[in-house]
Amino acid sequence: MTKTSVLESDTHMPTANPIILQMRSITKEFPGVKALSDVSITVRASEIHSICGENGAGKSTLMKVLSGVYPYGSYDGEIVFQNEVCEFKDIRASEHAGIVIIHQELALIPELSITENIFLGNEPTRFGIINWTEARLRTLELMARVGLSEDPDTPVKEIGVGKQQLVEIAKALNKSVKLLILDEPTAALNESDSQHLLDLIRGLKGKGISCIMISHKLNEIEQVSDSITIIRDGKTIETLDVQADGVDEDRIIKGMVGRTLGARFPEHTPKIGEVFFEVKNWTVGHPQIADRLVCKNSSFTVRRGEIVGFAGLMGAGRTELARSIFGRSYGNYMSGQIIKDGKEITLRNVPEAIKHGLGYVTEDRKTLGLNLLDDIKTTTVSANLDAISKHTVVDLGKEYAVAERYRKQLRTKTPSVDEGVSKLSGGNQQKVVLAKWMFTDPDLLILDEPTRGIDVGAKYEIYGIIQALANQGKGVIVISSELPELLGISDRIYTIFEGAITGVLNKNQASQESLMKRMTAAKKSA
Amino acid sequence: MNAIKQLFGGNTRQFGMIFALVALVVFFQFMTGGVILTPDNVINLVNGYSYILILAIGMVLVIIAGHIDLSVGSVAAFVGIVVALTMRDWGLPWYMGIVVGLVLGALIGAWQGFFVAYVGIPAFIVTLAGMLLFRGANQYFGKSLTVPVSTDFQFIGAGYLPEIGPDTGYNNLTLLVGFIVVAALIWGELRGRRKAVALGVDVKPLWVTLVKLAVLCAVVLYVTYLFATGRPGTSFPVPGIILGFLVLGYGFISARTTIGRHVYAVGGNRHAAALSGVKSKRTDFLVILNMAVLAGLAGMIFVARSNASGPSDGVGWELDAIAAVFIGGAAVTGGVGTVVGSMIGGLVMAVLNNGLYLMGVGSDMSQIIKGLVLLAAVVFDVYNKSQGKASFIGLMMKRLGGRDNPDLAVAEPLKDAIKVES
Repeated sequence: MTKTSVLESDTHMPTANPIILQMRSITKEFPGVKALSDVSITVRASEIHSICGENGAGKSTLMKVLSGVYPYGSYDGEIVFQNEVCEFKDIRASEHAGIVIIHQELALIPELSITENIFLGNEPTRFGIINWTEARLRTLELMARVGLSEDPDTPVKEIGVGKQQLVEIAKALNKSVKLLILDEPTAALNESDSQHLLDLIRGLKGKGISCIMISHKLNEIEQVSDSITIIRDGKTIETLDVQADGVDEDRIIKGMVGRTLGARFPEHTPKIGEVFFEVKNWTVGHPQIADRLVCKNSSFTVRRGEIVGFAGLMGAGRTELARSIFGRSYGNYMSGQIIKDGKEITLRNVPEAIKHGLGYVTEDRKTLGLNLLDDIKTTTVSANLDAISKHTVVDLGKEYAVAERYRKQLRTKTPSVDEGVSKLSGGNQQKVVLAKWMFTDPDLLILDEPTRGIDVGAKYEIYGIIQALANQGKGVIVISSELPELLGISDRIYTIFEGAITGVLNKNQASQESLMKRMTAAKKSA
Repeated sequence: MNAIKQLFGGNTRQFGMIFALVALVVFFQFMTGGVILTPDNVINLVNGYSYILILAIGMVLVIIAGHIDLSVGSVAAFVGIVVALTMRDWGLPWYMGIVVGLVLGALIGAWQGFFVAYVGIPAFIVTLAGMLLFRGANQYFGKSLTVPVSTDFQFIGAGYLPEIGPDTGYNNLTLLVGFIVVAALIWGELRGRRKAVALGVDVKPLWVTLVKLAVLCAVVLYVTYLFATGRPGTSFPVPGIILGFLVLGYGFISARTTIGRHVYAVGGNRHAAALSGVKSKRTDFLVILNMAVLAGLAGMIFVARSNASGPSDGVGWELDAIAAVFIGGAAVTGGVGTVVGSMIGGLVMAVLNNGLYLMGVGSDMSQIIKGLVLLAAVVFDVYNKSQGKASFIGLMMKRLGGRDNPDLAVAEPLKDAIKVES
């Protein structure tokens, strides 16, 4: 479907419709972080309203406030839905009012049938006994509305992701939804399933159901939205009327990234050497879904002393690429070569990767990167225990000395290295993780979101550490969702979209706009 | 109050258990009119519980790694019957019997470890199956009969340190063991202090070390006295010696070697461990394998002590061992626990059992009491964790209006660093 046909089908002017939802001055704080600050949005009846922003801009938080995941009282501001001030204490309350959120990770139970899923928690009963006949009949009716033709008794796990998404919408319709919130509805869908879904949302709009959509796919947003609110750093930047303002993708990108780079990065003159690490035609399959690829024929190089950035939106396959290279710790390796110092190497598992001089700092510190029960010194040596052991007996003196050395070098703020890592702040935890990998003396260090959840001051220090490592002649790969960070720290930036590398830009060529284009619309830039 | 805190250092959890153990002993000493701390009873206690404590050593490692082993009682019984049969029917000498038992334990452990580590079946299921399988195997091979063992073999379960040297009125070897332990304690503590000073680590005041040593040595000497003055022919029991060596060995392995570190790492955060290069499957395999070897050893000691292997040996042992580990401070979710803690936990259960028995409490009431103690210990632990900080002693301090443990203060987020840099 083309853009013109969208405009034609859109018969009523969105501005003419009455307001259905207003969120006024929403402020939501987490310990140490202001996730939302004075955010307001207005949604009209029968419109599709998109919310755009970078990862971490606060979109999901805003939707969680709206749907009652964060109950009334845990945020400041006011929600007015259908001219009533709402104080949702949980999701049930918001659903009762007619607001239904469909999360990116679908909330369906794979083993249950379509009917059972649609009526889960909402079963038609008579004296406490479920009336399955009625449920099945209503399921058929709902399935017809969303354009799904399956046996209602089919277990949900046996239908594809696209159809599961439709089941979710049918479930929402069953709750007599008035405002449907879709968080990245097409992230996991292929082209035709996405199109079907977008058509369906447009059809619902015609029947008086409003929709808030969060998506990273700007072409889709442009295609279906009536209005767009752009959020950046937890603040409302602007609200655009798609028709009146003549919005296109470039306009949205400008709103999403439009901020200036301050002196947030230490001065650094790179000393770049020759190419020493090369990945060729790297292809990796999804660990569970047989025919889905998470890395598609990716090739890249890293030079000595170089900081290479990897830009891509969430789910683009950056982490998957990194982890599959790091000893195949993710996905099913299918094909591709790794060449280090001119020789092809095979890294079948993590110990081999470490032995060949690779290090990987995980994106999720708490679930993948740290044993939160450990103290600083045990964590520091945990990836290179052999270096401080003799005949497998750990030398506690050396352990302490190593941990002390890195504590001083990285200026980790802690009373002592005996302290548990769970008691450290995010920035200091990250320093301990960095120390752990520095102690393995890697040639190539991959840092996945190295500054996530870290305050500005500590970020500056982490950047300094990264630059110091590069100055020692190591290659450093930085994966980040924050474009200003990548632009500030990298010497060269690769862009990834849907598992494929879509471009590479040198520092002086790259801008947020040029990166965002390559990160969102592979076809245009290819 | 500060002084007590100094004495027990940061390890208030272990202090809580030691405190409970001492309180129990004192309580029963009072209630039984001094029977619990007589030489005969203490020797009985060691003889009667050493095999459970040996199981607890293996079990704590399994639980630290995030698994569980329900099969230990059946494995012990199966190994016991096979050892008894091979010695009787093939005429194997007692030491070959022990070798057969240990090898069989290792084979069983490899079997279960393979399914847990490499096939990925939860240990609960694998060892539940093992519990049935090896119980059945015991009764199949033993034809549900009791098979006696030779007196040579009985030494490992019912033997004592022999009488040698001049007649001092005490058992000389037991005294020697006691003195060696005291010397080792003093040497270890002083060496630790010297090392800490050399490294520049904060050292506790000297009086703390001295008081701690004095108390420990007094306890050891008193226990030595009890063991050395038993009925003629009894002294420190052989199972106790085996247990002592195992506690030392496994305590060292778990705390000081790379494999020990790997066990904690895998239990603490399996993903983080794997991404740090720990071979987590191999670690799982070894932990399960080791458990079965120790179960085999415990089974043999029990057979030796009861002079015969029977079809219902080891019934319920797994639960005693698991209870000891949890009372000793291990976490249900893995990653936490110590060998010494489990020994204390096991002793708490043993003293409880023994004391209630001496008081003439029936098995009905004593089971109720033991159940409540286990529950209370874990509730206490979980409550502490949910608080995120306060340990037993911390809780007492709070009540007394003391300030919170400064160790637990969250590190300040670092902000001034930039100023230093620029």
